[in-house]
Amino acid sequence: MKIIVCIKQVPDAKDVRLDPETNTLAREGVESIMNPYDQHAVEEAVSLKEQLGGEVTVLSMGPPQAEAVLRQAISCGADCGVLISDRAFAGADTWATSYTLAKAVQKIGEFDLILCGKQAIDGDTAQVGPGLAIQLQIPFLTCIQKVREVTEDEIVMERMMDDGFDVVAVSYPALLTVVKDINEPRVPSLKGKMKSKKATIKVLSAEDVGADSSCIGLAGSPTQVVDVFPPPPRGERAVLTGTIDEQVAQLTEKLAAYL
Amino acid sequence: MLIIDNELCIGCGDCESSCAFAAIEVIDEIAVVGDACTLCGACVDNCPVEALHIEGGEKAKQVDLNVWSGVWVYCEFRCGRLANVSLELLGIGRKLADDRNVKLSAVLLGADTGEIAGKLIGYGADKVYSVDNPALASFTDEIYGAVLSSLIQEHNPEIVIAGATAIGRSFIPGVANILGAGLTADCTQLAIRKDDGALLQTRPAFGGNIMATIECPSSRPQMATVRPNVMKALEYDRDRQGEIIDVQPDPALLQAKVRVLETVISEHDDVNIQEADILVGGGRGLDSEKGFELIRQLARTLSASVSASRAVVDAGWIGYPHQVGQTGKTVAPGLYIACGISGAIQHVAGMQSSETIVAINRDKEAPIFNVADFGIVGDLFEVLPKLITSLEEYKKS
Repeated sequence: MKIIVCIKQVPDAKDVRLDPETNTLAREGVESIMNPYDQHAVEEAVSLKEQLGGEVTVLSMGPPQAEAVLRQAISCGADCGVLISDRAFAGADTWATSYTLAKAVQKIGEFDLILCGKQAIDGDTAQVGPGLAIQLQIPFLTCIQKVREVTEDEIVMERMMDDGFDVVAVSYPALLTVVKDINEPRVPSLKGKMKSKKATIKVLSAEDVGADSSCIGLAGSPTQVVDVFPPPPRGERAVLTGTIDEQVAQLTEKLAAYL
Repeated sequence: MLIIDNELCIGCGDCESSCAFAAIEVIDEIAVVGDACTLCGACVDNCPVEALHIEGGEKAKQVDLNVWSGVWVYCEFRCGRLANVSLELLGIGRKLADDRNVKLSAVLLGADTGEIAGKLIGYGADKVYSVDNPALASFTDEIYGAVLSSLIQEHNPEIVIAGATAIGRSFIPGVANILGAGLTADCTQLAIRKDDGALLQTRPAFGGNIMATIECPSSRPQMATVRPNVMKALEYDRDRQGEIIDVQPDPALLQAKVRVLETVISEHDDVNIQEADILVGGGRGLDSEKGFELIRQLARTLSASVSASRAVVDAGWIGYPHQVGQTGKTVAPGLYIACGISGAIQHVAGMQSSETIVAINRDKEAPIFNVADFGIVGDLFEVLPKLITSLEEYKKS
């Protein structure tokens, strides 16, 4: 089975904070990590490969340093990595990103499954997975929480819904996005780490994947950011005082409206 | 891309302090742009010497905006139930439609929807496109996406909004891609710009650390998913008049490669924590699964749903659907009571839009107190039983 996993390098949430003076994101000490949901997508792909045989390609779009997450995925069992990187991609929204990834997938060639994390933790949109599937004209399923059965012809899964879950089946090719309940990502083995160091990451530009310049970057994006601002401050904060009994009495009054 | 004219740049740093993404930096008295640049243009507007400009920012495609008119709300119906967010969206949709002086239409997809279409009129819709078909009994992205896309292509609404639910966040991105339309996820504010009638879509980014306002200058429809529990539904008005249009979809649209074999509705009815008015959240401070039982008791007292931090879900005390935070769900209830949750940024990102936040934690330095409206520093095993008793007594009196 040929599997492509789309992964993204994101700033580590624990480092992301606002500078209270300038109301901008602090730049010091922000580490980049593989998007947490994508780690589960990589794990699922490697585990499917172990069951059925085949090959796992990891694909990322980003600046040259995003190569690091591709190597990390290889250390966890992926076979090869492809990075699409070009200044012309700057400012891409989810539509332009989906288009660009689709061009890269077509360049990579045949596949049975594409796996993605449910969403990236920097943008939280969850739009690129479905968008990529539409661009490739293949069916997609989001928020997969469990793979029940997988054969050469079909995969049966549970997809998480707001009120429970649906049991769904699809034949190949298809695109799936996964949530963290699906598996426990493995820790890279020593052998994996060695392999990832030696691996050659293929880097492709907009021209290499044959992307139409009117469909990429800011110019190809239907949406446009027009303003960014800090969230409105929360109201007065109060740590209640007195004995526990007194505090509980005060809190009961505050909560009375909800009873 | 962002172009910096080194001849004009005076290295004043105004661009640096205007960049919300920390993507521009003055190095050796010249501004340098990094990879985090989103081309939002804030620095361009703030540069006193006009040394910055965005090149290639003009949209490559431009549709005729005048062809598109009307506001549409996708109303989510599953297993005999209309999602609450649908009524909330009719509330904001009504306002947008009035501001634009156009009609508000609801789109209802499902099977055996019964009286729901009429109800949507009472909550603000002028028109309801009702597609009631057995092929829509189970949700599939392909069929729902094909039917909604084809209706949009036929009627050309300028705005299409849907709930940021499991279903909305799944098939709406597909619809936007089919149409080549701009889509903004998880909006918390929607407004019409007076000058040109554009839809301004505001959403939190970077875990709620920053708000971004987004528009679709050259494409239509303007599409957005909206978080549950943020917008307000109108009062139901039984006398409101409207038109219900029964749509018979082309059978070619009702084909799916995905098969839904079974739908399992959780036996716990509080699993849909994004719709809850009150959430009682438990964290590591509960010490054990047994300790977590106190959270359920407090939830029962308040008729609340139960949520949890990631640590608790990973420990297996409660299921993943209850997890709040960056790798779980984002919630915005009227009241969120965080018990024994330290308030790591990943958790806070998922609940800081709650209207009122109460924190109970034994560590007075816990970051949860930074977002709490009311905090009690104390031992949960002392505070919670007392609070439950106190609330029960208050209810009786």
